[in-house]
Amino acid sequence: MNEARGLMATDTQSHTDASAVLLRELVAHLRQNRTQLREEWVRRITSAQLLTAMSRDEIFAEATSVYDSYVEALETGTVEALQAYARNLSERIIPRGVETNEVVGIVLLLRDVLARSLFAKYHGDVGLLSRVLDAYEPAANRIAITVAVGFVQQRERVIRDQQDAIRELSTPVLQVRERLLILPMIGLIDPQRARQLTEQLLRGIRMNRAKVVVIDITGVAALDASVANHLVQTVDAARLLGATVILTGLSPEIAQTLVNIGVDLGRMTTVGDLQGGIEEAERLLGYKVSPLSEPSPAA
Amino acid sequence: MQVPILKQGPYLIASIQSALTDADLLQLRESLVEQVGRYRSRGVIVDVTALDVMDSFASRILRDIATMIKLRGAETVIVGIDPDVALAMVRLGLNLEGVATTLDLEEGLAFLNKRTKSDGKR
Repeated sequence: MNEARGLMATDTQSHTDASAVLLRELVAHLRQNRTQLREEWVRRITSAQLLTAMSRDEIFAEATSVYDSYVEALETGTVEALQAYARNLSERIIPRGVETNEVVGIVLLLRDVLARSLFAKYHGDVGLLSRVLDAYEPAANRIAITVAVGFVQQRERVIRDQQDAIRELSTPVLQVRERLLILPMIGLIDPQRARQLTEQLLRGIRMNRAKVVVIDITGVAALDASVANHLVQTVDAARLLGATVILTGLSPEIAQTLVNIGVDLGRMTTVGDLQGGIEEAERLLGYKVSPLSEPSPAA
Repeated sequence: MQVPILKQGPYLIASIQSALTDADLLQLRESLVEQVGRYRSRGVIVDVTALDVMDSFASRILRDIATMIKLRGAETVIVGIDPDVALAMVRLGLNLEGVATTLDLEEGLAFLNKRTKSDGKR
């Protein structure tokens, strides 16, 4: 008689030992009813319209693994194995667009399903039921938190990796002529990216021994005050390295913003478009660009 | 540590080798302004390649040097500011306004050659 053993344990041993015994009993119960509980859980997942990105078979397969890891975590009291599995699962399902609420949702559903089965098993003895729940609930909540946190961390890691990738991709410093660099800025410029751009540009100036740099911001939709100030600093820093900066492609909106927020761009050389900027730079460097041969009027 | 000042043709080259105390900087300013007259130099190059810190006092002295040399009838150019130092300087608002700066010594010499030649033409 499982119940009887549980009761006796409570009487004779300390509280923690008692709850350990109850947990063992619980695990045995969950192992016994594995098939039925798992199916019930998958049914609840489907009816709650969670994990819609996955097929029924996939859900069932994942549910089985999660169920087993879950029971194992309850049994051993350590969440490392489950944590590793959650991380692995997250890695697989994040690219398929599974959301945080779905992952949290399914873990809570499993908790509910199991709690229900405990109600059904122990409803004859309310005292025992409440002790069983005392043992079950903290462990179950810990598991739920572990899985959810694992998923979120994995997702944050993916986002960070993507941010790094975008950042690296989007800041080329290009040499177009001896001693002439162009830096095309594209997209959203946040303070962090602005700082990185500046560092890259200054390193580029030193490496290529540039005299003139054309910064083209045609592809920048908006600038805020801090980024605009950063731009001014970049120009000053470039000058300290002996390079002149020409700013091109300021849109009417950006011009308006800069005037409104009162950023002092007076010291900067600005030219309408990239072509004009490069022509101005060539003039500063003493280049003269002309066609290879004049079209002769006689021919 | 005293900064060695080398005479190279019509120019003076002061090459800063290590971090300087305020007294060293004042000493540098004094010697440069004095020697530019003694040697009838046309330009002064201050090489700060070895400096990895530039504080407000140092940049004020550099600006003073440039202004005073100008009053003595020569040109000054600061060469070799490190990219990281440049960034740190402009963040502190030290942008050496009105002072010529170039990437390195070679560029500095080219700058002075060009500047003094066009002065001669005028």
